[in-house]
Amino acid sequence: MSVEAREKRQPWILLSPALTAVGLLLFVPLVFIVVYSFWLRTATGADQAGFYLDNWNEALTDPFYRDILLGTLRIAAITTIACAVMGYPAAYFIARSRGNKALLLLLLMLPFWISYIIRTMSWINILGVSGAVNWALLNLGIVSEPVQMLYNEPTVILGLVHFLLPFMVLNVYVALEGIDVSLEDAACSLGSTRWQAFREVTLPLSLPGLAAGGLLCFVLSAGTYITPLVLGGPTDAMFANLVFEAIITQLNWPLGSALSLMLLAVLGTLVLIYNHYLGMGQLMKGLG
Amino acid sequence: MDNTKRYERLRERYLNGDLDRRKFLGLIGAAGLAYGVQTPFARHAMAATEEVRFDGWGGVVSEAFRKYAFDPYTEKTGIKVVDGTFGGGDEYLSRVKASQEGEYNIAHLSGVFDYARYVNLGLNSTLNEDNIPNLKYVIPKLTDVFRGVTDGKLSCVPYDYGTTGIAYNRKYISDDEAKEKGAKLLIDEAYKGKIGGWSDWRTRVWYASLQTDQDPNNATDMDAVWQAVRTNRDLLLKYWQSGAELMSLLAEEEIYVTEGWSGRIYALQEQGHDIGYIDPPNGFGWQECLFVIKGSPMEACEELLNFMLAPETSIAVAEGQNYPPALDPTKVDLGKKIPTLPAFDPTGTLDGLTFANPEYWNSHEQDWSKMFGRIQKGY
Repeated sequence: MSVEAREKRQPWILLSPALTAVGLLLFVPLVFIVVYSFWLRTATGADQAGFYLDNWNEALTDPFYRDILLGTLRIAAITTIACAVMGYPAAYFIARSRGNKALLLLLLMLPFWISYIIRTMSWINILGVSGAVNWALLNLGIVSEPVQMLYNEPTVILGLVHFLLPFMVLNVYVALEGIDVSLEDAACSLGSTRWQAFREVTLPLSLPGLAAGGLLCFVLSAGTYITPLVLGGPTDAMFANLVFEAIITQLNWPLGSALSLMLLAVLGTLVLIYNHYLGMGQLMKGLG
Repeated sequence: MDNTKRYERLRERYLNGDLDRRKFLGLIGAAGLAYGVQTPFARHAMAATEEVRFDGWGGVVSEAFRKYAFDPYTEKTGIKVVDGTFGGGDEYLSRVKASQEGEYNIAHLSGVFDYARYVNLGLNSTLNEDNIPNLKYVIPKLTDVFRGVTDGKLSCVPYDYGTTGIAYNRKYISDDEAKEKGAKLLIDEAYKGKIGGWSDWRTRVWYASLQTDQDPNNATDMDAVWQAVRTNRDLLLKYWQSGAELMSLLAEEEIYVTEGWSGRIYALQEQGHDIGYIDPPNGFGWQECLFVIKGSPMEACEELLNFMLAPETSIAVAEGQNYPPALDPTKVDLGKKIPTLPAFDPTGTLDGLTFANPEYWNSHEQDWSKMFGRIQKGY
């Protein structure tokens, strides 16, 4: 074998374990889900193999699914904006701080050491009727009886922001770290104020990081079902809750498969749009 | 059937004149030969079963099972019991459906409708009741319901029972008010935002039937039922998902009233919370069973079930989970605590409880679970 041929094969040999894992753990199950989506659930709960378009017809034409999907995308968008607004200053502060950067990054990573479900449930002890906030309000005499703060859409968004904020901060931080600080100084030396220098120089250069963080926050929040389950009220379900319900409660795996593929298609399209305009490289930097 | 019983029956037939002496001795000889041939292999067959998997609700119940049933069983048979847990019956059924035959063996299931679902999916086994002598202590009414689903045979043994009644905080709702309003307390505007509800379609439809003065096992006006489900939804603070969440919402006073599981409410009362509990007329009675899944090593499972049904195990588990055991109180002394548990019936007839008719509920499962899913989300 020639050296050229060997060099050509080498990356594939090195990649083969990862490709095998991705193939077996992602693509094969995905094929199963696609196949399942064309089956039917019988009245007894058993699956009827075949090629039926009923699930797809229901998923695509029933306004119930469309409305919940739109509601999910709206909540994901609000969460992403909230993460961007809160995450950018934090990332900027870390990127521009001197000396204690490692400590600040460590603090940022700390929440990842605790289970996402536990973190979500912690809000019950903070915002609940007997929680810390109500305790403080009552003891300070600001209210005479506990305020009902939990189990509504704002608390779902709060829980999602709590979960996703570090992803946004890390992505923006990576982008800001790559910007030469002297560019802002140069802008100032040419007559711009600090704010103008930030707006005209730093912000545009950090936009790819903001977009990568935004994509991650959006995709992760649109696919969640734990947060609305724990912190949501009776009507705060998101699309992933429908998938869970179809598969687990109704034992309707075919419909659940069609619904999960629908969500995958919507979120996949967003990722493709992002990739077309900004490329996945920035996302990898943030995750790295 | 064991060999002693087989011999006794043959002897009885011989003494009754149904068998002549030659035939009787021939059959005894054949039985002896069969016993001699099969016994060594049967031992090997039992020895081949190295472990049995049991899945239940975890917590104190698991601990009681481990101490009183699993460990003595392992000591006697050498078969290890692998103890798994699940969060809910629906989730567990999905796991079983996705598993290989024999992967899951015994499950602590809720309700006769779950039993019927497993049967409909072809996941049931057939128990040899002769291998479970402790079955004789069980309240006959509980086994009869299961037999009705599986043509007189059993795929499970009943284990405990309870009710889903109305739990309320006595600080805000008096016993008299709860008694007077019954199920309608859950659609009382006065408690808007302070009502909780289980996110289970059966419970919602059951209580909506009561709220619209209909038979929960035969509602005829479903429009009225769904309207009641919507009314309840609009007044709810939250649909709870688990017993732990139910207890937390009541204990923290996030909600003042909800339907609740009798054992969980008893646990709250034991902890000192002033929570009242009533079973309204036609309140939701249910039973749990130990179900043997198709493909399991039957003899090993039957022996384990016998250990689990032993009065000392059943009583210890019942005291741990606060649900009365399936044992007939007229046949077994259940001690001091069990008679104080909600839903306990000292007569052993269970005439005061209304159980779900599995045929009725399972025939509507597909439509109603979907319909409730939509209403739950605001439709």
